[in-house]
Amino acid sequence: MKREDFPMLKQDIVYFDNGATTFKPYCVIEAIKKYYTEYTANCHRGDYKLSLKVDNEYEHVRELVKEFINAKRSEEIIFTSGATDGLNRIVFGFFKYYLNQDDEILIAKSEHASNILPWMELSRTKKVIVKYIPLDEDYKITLKSVISSITNKTKVISLAHITNVIGDVRPLKEIIDYAHKLGIIVVVDGAQAIGHMKVDVSEMGADFYVFSGHKMYGPTGIGVLYGKYNLLDKIEPLCYGGGMNATFDSTGKVQYKELPYALEAGTPNIAGVIGLGAAVRYLNDIGMNKIHEYEINLRKYLVNKLSNLSNIDIYNKNSEAGIVAFNVQDVFSQDTAIYLDKHNIYVRAGNHCAKILKEELGVKNTCRIGLAFYNNYEDVDKLIKALSNENLSRDIIF
Amino acid sequence: MDQNLKRDIILDNYNNPNNKGLVDDNKYIKLNMNNTSCIDELDIQILFDDKKIKDIRFEGEACAICTSSASIMTKELSGKTIKEATEIVNNFEKMIDEKDYDKNKIGEAIVYEDISKQPNRKKCALLAWWGIEKGINEHKTQD
Ligand SMILES: Cc1ncc(COP(=O)(O)O)c(C=O)c1O
Repeated sequence: MKREDFPMLKQDIVYFDNGATTFKPYCVIEAIKKYYTEYTANCHRGDYKLSLKVDNEYEHVRELVKEFINAKRSEEIIFTSGATDGLNRIVFGFFKYYLNQDDEILIAKSEHASNILPWMELSRTKKVIVKYIPLDEDYKITLKSVISSITNKTKVISLAHITNVIGDVRPLKEIIDYAHKLGIIVVVDGAQAIGHMKVDVSEMGADFYVFSGHKMYGPTGIGVLYGKYNLLDKIEPLCYGGGMNATFDSTGKVQYKELPYALEAGTPNIAGVIGLGAAVRYLNDIGMNKIHEYEINLRKYLVNKLSNLSNIDIYNKNSEAGIVAFNVQDVFSQDTAIYLDKHNIYVRAGNHCAKILKEELGVKNTCRIGLAFYNNYEDVDKLIKALSNENLSRDIIF
Repeated sequence: MDQNLKRDIILDNYNNPNNKGLVDDNKYIKLNMNNTSCIDELDIQILFDDKKIKDIRFEGEACAICTSSASIMTKELSGKTIKEATEIVNNFEKMIDEKDYDKNKIGEAIVYEDISKQPNRKKCALLAWWGIEKGINEHKTQD
C-alpha cells in the first residue's frame, strides 16, 4: 500500500527492519522542510507573526496526538525525544518518589531494554524489586499469568503494548482493569504499537503510555509521553530551565508552569513535533484499522511461506502483530542477515535489545522481520526466494 | 588464492573450528571480546610460557567469519614467540585495513584478504585477533 508516498522505496530494496525504524513519507519530510524554509522561529515567544505561527502549529500537533490516541486532555501529551526518554521520565520522575522499599515492579523478559534497565537501575538505588511475569509456551503473557505474579507489594506493572521480538499484542485492557482494582499503576510502552494499530489510551485505561515518532513514519528525536493528568502532574521534571518556569528570583523562589510546559524544559524539537504532526495526519488519512488489517494479512502470508521451507525455525508463529522472529537452521542469525543484505533484503539480526528474552527463547539471537503497510507480497516472495537457496550455508561467506 | 578454496577453508574452520572449548586452568589469561557493532562474542584463553604462546583456546557465539577467523588465529599463533605472533597480528590487521602488508607472514589467514569489500564484516574478522593482542599486552604488563 502507498509505496509511492515513500522516497526511500524508489530504491530497489526490501526493507523489513520497520521494528527498528520506519521510512518517512514525503508529507513528513515536506512539513519539516517547510518549517525550516518558511516559518523558522522559536515557540512560546509569540511576539511576532512567525513565532505565533510556530506556536499554533506546535500546539496543534498536541491536539492531533491527543485525538490520535484518544486522550482526554491535550495537557496530558508531553513531547519527549522518544519512548526511552518517556520511560526514564516515568521511572525517575515519578516512581522514584512513589515507591517504597520492598515494593514490587512487574515486567516481562520479553521487554525492550528501555523498559527494563530504568527499573533495574531504580531497584539498585531504591531497594525496590523487579519481578518477571512468566511467559507461556508462545512467549506471551496472559491475564492469568499477571494475576499469579501480583502480590500485595506490587505497585506497578510496566509492559509493552506489542513486544519487539515476539510481536504479541498484550491484553492490556483486562490487565489494567484488574490492576486498577488493586491500586496498581500500569505503564505501557507503545513503541511497536503506535504505527501499526489503533491505540486508545482511554479505553485501555493506561496510566502512562509512551512512544517514538520514528517508528510511526515520523522523524527521529521526537516522542510522546502520555499520562493521566493527576499522575502526570506528579512527575518531577528531570530537566529544568527555560520554558518550564513561570517566575523565579535570586533568592531561589521558583514557580513552575503547569502541564504540559512543566515537563518541556528548553527549546523543544519543534521540527520534530511538526513532522510528527504530519505523520499523524498521514496515518489518520489511511486509517489505523486498515493498516492493522493489511499487516496482519501480510504476516499470515509470510508465516505461511516461511513454514513451507524446511530449514526455517519461526519463534513466534502465533503472534498477532507484523513481527516475525526466525532463524535459518544451523546458520548464525547475523550470517543470514548479511546474506540477505546481498539480495538487498534488510532484516535485523541479534537480540533486538531484548537481551533477557534468550533465557526463555533458548536462542540468543534471531533474525527479525517487522512489517509495515508499504511492504507487499512481492517483498515476501523475494525473501522466500533468497531463503530457498540450497547453497545458502555456503553463500553466507562471500 | 581461488575464491572457492577460500570459502572452503573459511567454512571448514567455521563448521569444525580448531581449539574451540575453554579449559579449566587458571594459568591461562582469559579475555571476553564483544563486537560492539554486532552480536559476535568470544571468550579467549591464552597460555604463555615466558616469551612463547603455548596454547590458545576460544569459545563463543559468533558469525561464520568471526568464528572461522578465531579458529585460524589460534592455529597460526599457537607455538609462536610473542615477537613472531605480534608480527603476524600486525600484518593481519594491516590486510583488513587495506594497508600494505606482508602476504607471506599471515599463513592461512590470507583467506580474509577480500573481506574489506564487506565493510560490515571487518570487525568480525578482527575480533579474535584484537583479543590475542590484548592478551599479549596483559601478559607483558604482568612481567
Ligand atoms: C518495545 C520498544 N520499546 C522501546 C523502544 C525504544 O524506542 P526509542 O529507541 O525510539 O526510544 C523500542 C525501540 O526499538 C521498542 O521496540
